[in-house]
Amino acid sequence: MIWLTWRQLRLQAVPVAAAVALLLVALAVTGPSLVDAAEDGARSFLTGLSADTFKVTLYYAGIATAYALPLVVGAFWGAPMVARELEARTHRLVWSQSVTRTRWLAFKLLGAAAVTATVAGLLSWALTWWAGPIERAIAAGEGTGPFMVSRIEPALFGARGTVPVAYALLALAFGVLAGLVIRRTVAAMAVTLVLVVATQLLVVSMVRSQLAEPETITTPITEENLVGLMISGDADTIENVMQIQVDTAETGEWELSNLTLDADGERMRTLPAWVADCGGPPPGERAQAGAREACFERLADEGYEQQVTFHPTSSFWTLQWRESALLLVLALGLGGLCFWRIRGDAP
Amino acid sequence: MTTALRTHELGKRYGRSRHWALKDCTLDLPTGRVVGLVGPNGAGKSTLLGLAAGMLVPTAGRIDVLGEAPSSGSEHLARVGFVSQDAPTYRGMSVADHLRLGAHLNPRWDDALVRERIDRLGIDPSRRTGSLSGGQRAQIALTMAIGKRPELLILDEPVAALDPLARREFMQDLMEAVAEQDLTVVLSSHLVSDLERACDYLVVLVDSQVRVAGDLEELLASHRRMTGARRPSDVGPAGHHVVTASHTDRQSTFVVRTGGPLVDPSWDATPLGLEDLVLAYLRGDASYERPRPTVEVVR
Repeated sequence: MIWLTWRQLRLQAVPVAAAVALLLVALAVTGPSLVDAAEDGARSFLTGLSADTFKVTLYYAGIATAYALPLVVGAFWGAPMVARELEARTHRLVWSQSVTRTRWLAFKLLGAAAVTATVAGLLSWALTWWAGPIERAIAAGEGTGPFMVSRIEPALFGARGTVPVAYALLALAFGVLAGLVIRRTVAAMAVTLVLVVATQLLVVSMVRSQLAEPETITTPITEENLVGLMISGDADTIENVMQIQVDTAETGEWELSNLTLDADGERMRTLPAWVADCGGPPPGERAQAGAREACFERLADEGYEQQVTFHPTSSFWTLQWRESALLLVLALGLGGLCFWRIRGDAP
Repeated sequence: MTTALRTHELGKRYGRSRHWALKDCTLDLPTGRVVGLVGPNGAGKSTLLGLAAGMLVPTAGRIDVLGEAPSSGSEHLARVGFVSQDAPTYRGMSVADHLRLGAHLNPRWDDALVRERIDRLGIDPSRRTGSLSGGQRAQIALTMAIGKRPELLILDEPVAALDPLARREFMQDLMEAVAEQDLTVVLSSHLVSDLERACDYLVVLVDSQVRVAGDLEELLASHRRMTGARRPSDVGPAGHHVVTASHTDRQSTFVVRTGGPLVDPSWDATPLGLEDLVLAYLRGDASYERPRPTVEVVR
């Protein structure tokens, strides 16, 4: 069975593995120079790196590959595994050899899962290692140019650590099950892509932030920490202030919310129009002397505070392990469904 | 043990369909025979063979293959060879790869036998099966089924896609393999001529039910076409089971299964060939089991 598993998987596996291997070589060659350059100091390191087009491209290519890999695995390794046999009716040839269907599926699933875990694991490990110096600099608050996003933030989280492996395995399970249920290769591929993307979006938007207890900082709003202010209406007739944002001393965090509380600790949906003065005059107008200072004083007097909720950069691995475990349990469940589904009629 | 395939009131419906693809099928096929399963398209032949090969799960009744439930484990799978309709093969894989697959997946694989067969058939092992003719593909599928050294070989319409010459060669080749290996074979066809030379046991399946089953010699010996003067419809010669009846103005012809010696001199009895025998059972169904459509004129 091992021979047959590899014989049938290699056609899809080799091109994907080769593409990943090419990327790994590029990472291995350029990685050591990043470590050296980082020793010069974080600020000058990232500034210098921003000018290196090849490494910037590599940085983004790595992220793109890590996100694309589960889709490729699900659609090209998972979905055709059983669907193509059913379509060509070769399931009737292979299931009438002296190997039970269950055993056949076990070898095919585990074989593909082993290749998937190896390819995704190597890719993610290499990316995490290569981008390590960059991410340490970003976590230290020195982010600049194309290197602004901390690895715990949604855009990068799925391309680092163990999560890419878990997504790839989950996508494989989705693909095999879709093929078994739909019995058509192309339709199963399409459904697999939709399911994988939907799962990623669902996890990012609703699940991930719940996997660990976020931290909360409540701080007075001051001239120093105010970084954003959103106004409704136009410059002449300000209706109200929609929201204001402050910066905390925290660096490299994943910010979940940045809210204004009133003196009773209730969340303010909108703020009074006078708060606009805290943002300074509209562009091209002269500042009214003392208006800004008065505004911040009034905010303090009336008891307004800003509440920031976030996952600190130190929670990265906790979130990684928990999300990976969750996805793997889901993948195992889907794999079990495959074994249940393969019994019964094979028309 | 002498039973290759035993079924008891076996029935099969697909999915939520209300139509029975096979119904109340009770059969007992002995080992050491070449059993021909005949019936028109859609009669349930593939369903019966699919159930026997363990590809389908019965909806009703029970089925035993070589004394066990079909495909009840890898050991049982090794005892049964199955070639599905249209003899599916991996079109992108070479003949040699198919043989390697057989060798890897079957503990009793007979490599020498298989190589000898491929050699004799003159098929280049490096060719992909997708580039072979239908007849050659069927031969590859048969070779794989024989190569696992089964006790029972189940072939579903093995020659349906072949031209007449390839059909004859395939059947001849099958007969040689059977003679060499002491196999029990169950094969289906909707053409009697495919089975004529090969089979020594016959099962006729019509409208998802078994119409007749038995040793071919005995069936031929016990059936007669009887012709005599015009009789009332469906009242055949006494003591005999009427299979079909047809009448002209002056003559009545019955195909009967004889219950004893034919003594009535008013009948002219002639033996039947296999084709006529099968056709009698197929027609028998058509003439008095299926309700005739009524035609009304609406003005």
